[in-house]
Amino acid sequence: MTDTQPLLQVKNLTHHFKTNPPLVDLLLRRAPRFIKVLNGIDLHLERGETLGVVGESGCGKSTLARCLVGLYPPQGGEILFDNQNVSHKTRAEQRDYNRRVQMMFQDPYSSLNPRMTVGQVLHEALSVHKMRPEAEIPDRIDELLDLVSLPRDAAGKLPHEFSGGQRQRVAIARALSVEPEILIADELVSALDVSVQAQVVNLLLDLQDRLGLTILFVAHDLRLVRHVSHRVAVIYLGSIVEIGASDSVFSSPVHPYSRALLNAAPSIDPDHKTSIPPLSGELPSPMNIPPGCAFHGRCPHATEICRQEKPLLKKFEGHGEIACHHAATLA
Amino acid sequence: MRHYSSDPATGAGQTQNGAAATDPESANPPGLLEVRNLSMSFGHGQSSLLAIDKVSFAVKPGEILGLVGESGSGKSITLRSILGLTKRYGQVEGEILWKKQDLNTLTNRALQKIRGREIAMIFQEPMSSLNPLLTVGLQITENLKAHTKLDRTERKKKAIELLDLVGIPSAAARLGDYPHQFSGGMRQRVMIAIALASEPELLLADEPTTALDVTIQQQILDLILALSREMGMSVIMVTHDLGVAAQTCDRIAVMYGGRLVEVGPVRNILRNPRHPYSIGLLRSVPENVPPRSELYSLPGIPPGLGNRPSGCCFAPRCLAATPRCSEEKPDLLQTSEKVALACFNPQNFLSGNSQ
Repeated sequence: MTDTQPLLQVKNLTHHFKTNPPLVDLLLRRAPRFIKVLNGIDLHLERGETLGVVGESGCGKSTLARCLVGLYPPQGGEILFDNQNVSHKTRAEQRDYNRRVQMMFQDPYSSLNPRMTVGQVLHEALSVHKMRPEAEIPDRIDELLDLVSLPRDAAGKLPHEFSGGQRQRVAIARALSVEPEILIADELVSALDVSVQAQVVNLLLDLQDRLGLTILFVAHDLRLVRHVSHRVAVIYLGSIVEIGASDSVFSSPVHPYSRALLNAAPSIDPDHKTSIPPLSGELPSPMNIPPGCAFHGRCPHATEICRQEKPLLKKFEGHGEIACHHAATLA
Repeated sequence: MRHYSSDPATGAGQTQNGAAATDPESANPPGLLEVRNLSMSFGHGQSSLLAIDKVSFAVKPGEILGLVGESGSGKSITLRSILGLTKRYGQVEGEILWKKQDLNTLTNRALQKIRGREIAMIFQEPMSSLNPLLTVGLQITENLKAHTKLDRTERKKKAIELLDLVGIPSAAARLGDYPHQFSGGMRQRVMIAIALASEPELLLADEPTTALDVTIQQQILDLILALSREMGMSVIMVTHDLGVAAQTCDRIAVMYGGRLVEVGPVRNILRNPRHPYSIGLLRSVPENVPPRSELYSLPGIPPGLGNRPSGCCFAPRCLAATPRCSEEKPDLLQTSEKVALACFNPQNFLSGNSQ
């Protein structure tokens, strides 16, 4: 941890979804069941950095992103922005928080209103948050389109006239229109082809440097996360198992899960075969998470303590923070 | 096998096009599957849209061929055209030589005897390709019933064997389960089990791991590799992930704008690609580059089906393009013993992993 206050702090964030109970459960008056998506997430975001979040599908990456922007009402834990608890705010303050933390979504086809032109989309964002007086808005729209390298005549076009990459540029412009401090990118480029993906990633990195943005980059493409992130958090079943500098996590992961996950990304070098055997088994259901360390059922190093006690994140010299009982021997 | 045709018209004596005449495989032992000048267009007449344009390649027995390219480049259409799955949407021209008979001229009835038996296919979305109303066991035995002479008990035994083979734990107990009771990776295994039921000689895999997590992807790719080795089965694998292609394929064919632009052994293509598009594709992968540096990106976007350029499709995005490129389409020609290339100005590029 550094001495300066982190921009955003997440403390012990939990989020459980109630399932739709089957008829049998209703008839027998069984207790409702929960999908435990986030189970105590602790992390912080420093000003100007990119934190990558990786994990298998269903591990809670997207739920975390949505909790941070307030798309899901807070349940357990707290989110501190500039050292103030987000959930204890007045409506006006909430609105200000919403402006300063912006989200960009995965699917460029469903995240833009098909009946609104790009100009209208940006105009709405600018006027709702009263970013500019009405008269200056058209100029600002041109500026924003320049910023994301879209032609200025894009303002008069509807989303269907754009390709996937261009739509993500529109989404970035919309997020940037309200001059946020934090961008939450949930699988921003996953739906795009590699060559287009590279264009959007370059744009994002460039904008971050120019505007001093803080980015939470959620993605399942490990190569990409490694490329854009300063720090990386590996999530397994709603808990962070390893978090640290991107370089050290990717080059020498310690937690057995991060090892298996980060090594599973196929290299483009045909002779670079991974030496670590693939993970056996599959992700347990988040409806009944194993007791102790959630990973113990798939872990080659699991011992008795792993079955009983949930490991906590601990700092290890030369590595990041790791939640594993055997981290000391594995490091 | 029973379906040999005696029609010699599809023999080697054809010289329609440079690509086919200098076919790389003509000197080698004949391929298991030879695709020659395969074109497929959606719709008919004036308003038809050409999806793939004179694609020629061959697959040898036991070989894994990767078909890579971006979305809309025609990878899946090529794959589906092999089994005649695209005929109903438009016109398919060219020859698809499978054991000396041209699949493109066969009737649907005759094709049905080859589909699923000699050539099997697995799709990207295991959930939408399995029937949600039938048990997994029934879907496997259905295939066995259609293509083998096994009786009921033997079929059930074989189905258990197959589920075992693809690594589904307690296979016997899971025969009666429905697709929704399996996870994504397990469903993909079920799909593979169904495809393998008739011991096909060629497996067509259309993005088999794209919908799966990397950890499961690795398991499924290892499985396909192992099965191909054990059973001597050839595979055509469509993928947009160069990493997947690098780790599984023997040869790679790069597609762009409905045409093959470069075909060759995996090491040649990934270490020393010559076509500007293959180079661009490889360079835009964020591997072996300094963190947070600017990634190489090809300018522009791939052309849509309706507005493909008249010359080389890649010319508008190509940094090495000359006036000739926008007028004439380059043919896929053999440049060395193993590599074929469709480009007037091949470039030299050594990737970071060439040492």
